Amino acid sequence: MIKVNAMGDACPLPVVKAKNAIKELGGAGVVEVKVDNEIAVQNLAKMAKQKGYGMKSHKISATEYDVTLEIGEGAAATGVADIPEECAIIPTAQKKIVVAINSNRMGHGHDELGAVLMKGFIFALTQQDVLPTTVLFYNGGANLTIEGSASLEDLKNLEAQGVEIMTCGTCLNYYNVSDKLAVGEVTNMYAIVEKLTQADLVVMP
Amino acid sequence: MEEKIVFCKGGGCTAKLGPGVLSRVLSMLPKGNPDPKLLIGFDSADDAAVYQVADDVAVIQTLDFFPPMVDDPYTFGQIAATNSLSDIYAMGGEVKTAMNIVCFPQSWDLNILGAIMQGGAEKVIEAGGVLVGGHSINDVDVKYGLSVMGLAHPSKIYANNGGHVGDKLVLTKKLGIGIVCTAHRVGEASKEAMDEAIKSMTTLNKYAAEACAKYDVHACTDVTGFSFLGHLHEMVDGKLSCKVYADQIPIIPEAVDYADEFLLTAAGQRNRNNTIQHVKFDEDISFAMQEILFDPQTSGGLLVALPADQAEQLVADIKALGLPGAIVGEMIEPADKEIYVTNLNK
Repeated sequence: MIKVNAMGDACPLPVVKAKNAIKELGGAGVVEVKVDNEIAVQNLAKMAKQKGYGMKSHKISATEYDVTLEIGEGAAATGVADIPEECAIIPTAQKKIVVAINSNRMGHGHDELGAVLMKGFIFALTQQDVLPTTVLFYNGGANLTIEGSASLEDLKNLEAQGVEIMTCGTCLNYYNVSDKLAVGEVTNMYAIVEKLTQADLVVMP
Repeated sequence: MEEKIVFCKGGGCTAKLGPGVLSRVLSMLPKGNPDPKLLIGFDSADDAAVYQVADDVAVIQTLDFFPPMVDDPYTFGQIAATNSLSDIYAMGGEVKTAMNIVCFPQSWDLNILGAIMQGGAEKVIEAGGVLVGGHSINDVDVKYGLSVMGLAHPSKIYANNGGHVGDKLVLTKKLGIGIVCTAHRVGEASKEAMDEAIKSMTTLNKYAAEACAKYDVHACTDVTGFSFLGHLHEMVDGKLSCKVYADQIPIIPEAVDYADEFLLTAAGQRNRNNTIQHVKFDEDISFAMQEILFDPQTSGGLLVALPADQAEQLVADIKALGLPGAIVGEMIEPADKEIYVTNLNK
């Protein structure tokens, strides 16, 4: 069983999260979704009805509802119709891989070594068969996407191959380097949270 | 480079309070003495208030504002203004003056506010109106819109519930705006679909209204937050019934796919809850089409009832303007249900 917390999420996020969990199940099973309003329960019910899932909902309070979705063997085939039957697990090439870089150094220890390792990590990233969908830079990581960064060429290479390069705007402001961003785009906490929560795999070097 | 706005949290007309909640509050307000010069107030669920000031002049007054539904502030300003101005056109009036209504976090970059208001001001000018002032509040979230004043001849005012049996219903914009914006918010909408939605939301209903003015319009409303069926329910007003030809309704094609992926708004479900008891869907009306008919529209098109023999010519005139227009239904004698949704071509 997979539990999904969609408290505080506006529609369609509860449904989107439930769909992701159902994909993760990869077949028959149960997904439990916690939501904070009845309309979200009704929108989940519409999906359950269309997809032939069993559904039970339980009102805990006016602002808390438990919805249980039962995905049967037969229903699973229609529920995850966009995934070929032989690989109900999402193929790696379609997975959303997000790399979150929160420092300009890799690991704890000697700073100089950490900087060398980070440069090596980003270079190695460019050489992978399966590239990440997004690379997020925040806090000290914001120093890697600006002018003078030793990883700039590698990051431009990644961007040219379709990888989203996103740097936290608050962090650029804090380090006073907003005007020096040299690759990718500026992002905000809302987008960062969305990228991280909707990723199939988060990599933190 | 400043941090971009945290702007779009799923706003537009999806942010409206549900009509159920609203009518409960409105019904409890003290009414005061009736004023015979007030031609249309909120009793008839109309888009704007109309007050007669002389034999041949009535003032139309309206206010509309909402949170952003797109990421770009300038585009948001255009959409919010287009939506606010639309209420004047839905009443058959001409736009005269407009005032900004703004909520904006003071700590943010003021250029963002500038871009919003520039987008709005340009639409007021396009509408032939004058921007004359406004009011701003420091708030945690952005909201923007206009209070608009327009004029019309009292005998030319379009009520939203004046349809006759046999009238055809004409719609002047595509449906599916809310679903496409919602899909966009979770990163699932194609660029083409979102571009089409933005183009539609920034197109003034002025042009469609000018086309309608040549015909004997019996009823008119603009399709916004309460969805096509919700506004049609207000138009039918318990006095008539109507048929809706689902397969004739212009829609943004991708909206069907996104509806099938359940990228649906809470407002759409509230619309369904509030209107479903008046509606009968034929069995061959798909789930996606039902959702599109309940989808809240931001800055949607005009929905017009007019004599059957004039409808095709009106549609031709609207299409000649490069706008999507179609005959989407007809008024019939009162029946069990108010709205029967069917496909014209089985």
